[in-house]
Amino acid sequence: MAILEVRNLSVNYLTDEGTALRAVEGVSFSLEQGRSLGLVGESGCGKTTAMLGILRLLPAEGRIVSGEVVYDGVDLLHVSESEMREYRWGRISIVFQGAMNALNPVRRVGDQIVEAIMLHESVDKRTARGRVDELLGMVGITSERASQYPHQYSGGMRQRAMIAMALACTPNILIADEPTTALDVMIQAQILDLLQKLQKELDLCIVLVTHDLGVVAEICDDVLVMYGGKTAEYASADIIYNESLHPYTQRLLEAFPDVENPASTLASIPGYPPPLDALPPGCRFEPRCHRRKDICAVKSPPLLAVNSGHYVACHPDKGRLNGATNR
Amino acid sequence: MQRSDYLIRRVFFALATLVVVIGFNFFLFRILPGDPIKSIARSPRLTREAREKLRVDFGLDKPVFFDGERLRKGDVLGAFDTQFTAYVRALLHGNLGISYRSRRDVAEVLAERVWRTVVLVAGAETLALLFGVVLGLVSAWRRGTRLEMTILLWALISWGLPNFFLGIILLLLARGHLPVGGMATPGLKPEHGLAYWADVGRHLILPTLTMAIVYTSSYVLIMRSSVVEVLSEDYILTAKAKGLNTFQILRDHALKNAMLPMVTMVALNLAYTVGGAIQVETVFSWPGIGRLMYDSVQLRDYPILQGTFLLLALSVIVANLLADLLYSVLDPRVKAE
Amino acid sequence: MQQLREIWRTFRRRPMGIVGALMLFSVVFVAIFAPWLAPYDPDVKIDIDPEDLLAPPDVEHLLGRDDAGKDVLSQLIYGARVSLTVGFVASFMSMFIGTTVGLIAGYIGGRIGNALMRLTDFLLVIPDLPLMLVIISIWGRGLWKIIFVIGMLGWTYNARLVRSQVLSIRERQFVLRARAIGAGSLRIILRHIFPQVLPLILAQAVLSVSGAIIAESSLSFLGLGDPTLVSWGMMLNFAFERAISRMAWWFLLPPGFAIVWVSVGLIMMGTTLEEIVNPRLRTHHLFDPRHMVALIAGVRPRAEAEGAME
Repeated sequence: MAILEVRNLSVNYLTDEGTALRAVEGVSFSLEQGRSLGLVGESGCGKTTAMLGILRLLPAEGRIVSGEVVYDGVDLLHVSESEMREYRWGRISIVFQGAMNALNPVRRVGDQIVEAIMLHESVDKRTARGRVDELLGMVGITSERASQYPHQYSGGMRQRAMIAMALACTPNILIADEPTTALDVMIQAQILDLLQKLQKELDLCIVLVTHDLGVVAEICDDVLVMYGGKTAEYASADIIYNESLHPYTQRLLEAFPDVENPASTLASIPGYPPPLDALPPGCRFEPRCHRRKDICAVKSPPLLAVNSGHYVACHPDKGRLNGATNR
Repeated sequence: MQRSDYLIRRVFFALATLVVVIGFNFFLFRILPGDPIKSIARSPRLTREAREKLRVDFGLDKPVFFDGERLRKGDVLGAFDTQFTAYVRALLHGNLGISYRSRRDVAEVLAERVWRTVVLVAGAETLALLFGVVLGLVSAWRRGTRLEMTILLWALISWGLPNFFLGIILLLLARGHLPVGGMATPGLKPEHGLAYWADVGRHLILPTLTMAIVYTSSYVLIMRSSVVEVLSEDYILTAKAKGLNTFQILRDHALKNAMLPMVTMVALNLAYTVGGAIQVETVFSWPGIGRLMYDSVQLRDYPILQGTFLLLALSVIVANLLADLLYSVLDPRVKAE
Repeated sequence: MQQLREIWRTFRRRPMGIVGALMLFSVVFVAIFAPWLAPYDPDVKIDIDPEDLLAPPDVEHLLGRDDAGKDVLSQLIYGARVSLTVGFVASFMSMFIGTTVGLIAGYIGGRIGNALMRLTDFLLVIPDLPLMLVIISIWGRGLWKIIFVIGMLGWTYNARLVRSQVLSIRERQFVLRARAIGAGSLRIILRHIFPQVLPLILAQAVLSVSGAIIAESSLSFLGLGDPTLVSWGMMLNFAFERAISRMAWWFLLPPGFAIVWVSVGLIMMGTTLEEIVNPRLRTHHLFDPRHMVALIAGVRPRAEAEGAME
């Protein structure tokens, strides 16, 4: 049963000169209760923009051009702003990179969590404070810390506090945007373990946004690989890791160091993602693709359904992709 | 950094600046060509006793800085028995000399007029801060709109508008409707109670307004760029993601952060505010310290001039120190161990 | 040189800057061509009939006459010369001192650098106008004295600015390379660091001219201007002392508006330049919040597309 269905979401950014940069184009996925999604791609591929678009948190220059975001039967893109505010945090919450300033530096951590609770639930302050202690406990932070300021927390702690705050109103979906970037490996593992635990205990749907395929393997049931603002491949984690079809996905997997073969050279993908104001007419990955064909530079590949539940945006080789139908 | 460390450093700095100012004050009036004290000490306009008092109080018969002779004789302490030490000693006793014109104690004259300037400056700063914060907030939130452009344009123009000229314009405009000079209508005295104070209030309107308008503009600009800065921070996005509406975000998250630089701004501004007070008091003949300074320049009343300068410099130094203290209290990051 | 051309190209496209520049140049033009533009010699009194004193504007005297019967318009035109001269020269002086101090404090750093910065801190805390008043009233009036005093008190902001720039440039590759070859400090400063700092200084210089002009007008208004040279501030001083009771607006207002005109023009130019030269003027990193005073109208470019993307 899908609790969130995103269909054909497209987001543009307007520049000062008035041109529209197509940051996200035609992205679709569906989030099932109890399953988690990993959203993978290089920096600049549009994954955070897509998430911000879902919650309608885009900056002033951002515009949702088309698409539907259906949560529990309601298209969030068409509700009023005040209704949207109820969905934010109460149903879908988001955790940003726990950089120093994701939490307000001049307010106590506990107060900031209380604020979230009081906003969505009609409880008194005392109860809210009790909840804060509970929440912090869930993420392994002692309750005295609630009266401290963010700069008194370590990086990993801040991230955990943000997670605690994100869970304050018992959302169904938690979007974690690069939760482990900028943290050292030990802390990364901690955070991932925590997310996994919360996922199980609270039956939480997590959307994990990251550029690191390795991180996704632990927690996510499904994976959506983005490139240049579009979906490259979308399938279950199993399929992505074992039977991926998109050249980009394959390269990403290759670039990931193999524990069983540490001596093998790390493959990196030469080149850079396409600049948004100079998008190629054909496939956006074509300039860097190791399996490119003539058609790739000319025509943008449609998202093809290979089997049920496996979608790839690539021009099929003859005989390679069987039974492909346009999505 | 430790808050106490930070504060101790600032206090030291304030004291050091004070010492420099005192030294400079002394130097300026005694050393430069046309030493006023010496010439006035011989002036027949002062009574004999007054001249003697000056001579004794300020050690005019002694060397200026340093007595080389006595040092050579081994009298180290005596070597410092100079005009400078006499000056500092007098200063510490609250003796700032005698006015050439009125022959009154400088300190007395200053004490009498200080509150008038304080009232003016305090009123103007309060108004300016209030409007500055609100307008700055509005123009930052409503970027790219005509409102923002208007506010910016006006702020830009005020930046190039000298205080005294604005005063003149307002004076010309308000003449006949509001009192334009002095502190009270002649004839009214404090004994008349409320009528007097109301009259003083009316006289205060134009000068306060003049100063407030000029300072609002700089606060608007600072507040605006501060808010713009703050609004681009991550925690504002977090607040929005939590479901807070615009007003809540501005009030509970943006405001406090954006106002931190304002505190230091007010302090920094004080050096200019004082200059503005001089101009505005002159235009409106408001009998405060500013006007006193102007008059003493015209009348060559050097002791008053010197004393006023010292007082003004001292207030700015102290105010800056207080602002530092306030900032350290407001910004929890400064408290960190 | 290449950089300057770049700056000019961008500047050309900013209306605020262009308008400001036009405002400034109109005044410069008037100042240069004063003898041809002014209808009368400002010092000569004409037909001293008692009625002519403080006469309101008429066909022959577009801005009327002052309390001594002299033509106001001519005084206004010639006044541009004095005000602009003081503005430019004093500004040049404070920019020169400030830049030198900033370069030294930034490049050499250490004790000397700290000491210099302490010095600037001192000057910042001491109130400007009172100090100038005190100095001039003791030292005496005179054009060069005013220029000197304004110049000597206006360098601190620029020194700080230059210093923080130098600090960041100092560690860059091309500087380290120069040092490795054994280039002397002075050479490095002049040939490598200074050109990098120049654009910033230019923007500041324009702004500081407006400050200097306003400072001079304040001093003159308060009676400390050069009595032999009639600047706009001096005109206001005369007007205020002698004409206020008669509401002679034609004498009172034009000099003030002239000051505002040239200052606003300079400010618009300077702010535009500042924005071009340092579009990401990050306050909390480079400067003490105290110096946000210079971040006037920091109309920053809307979120650059790449930055807003992720």
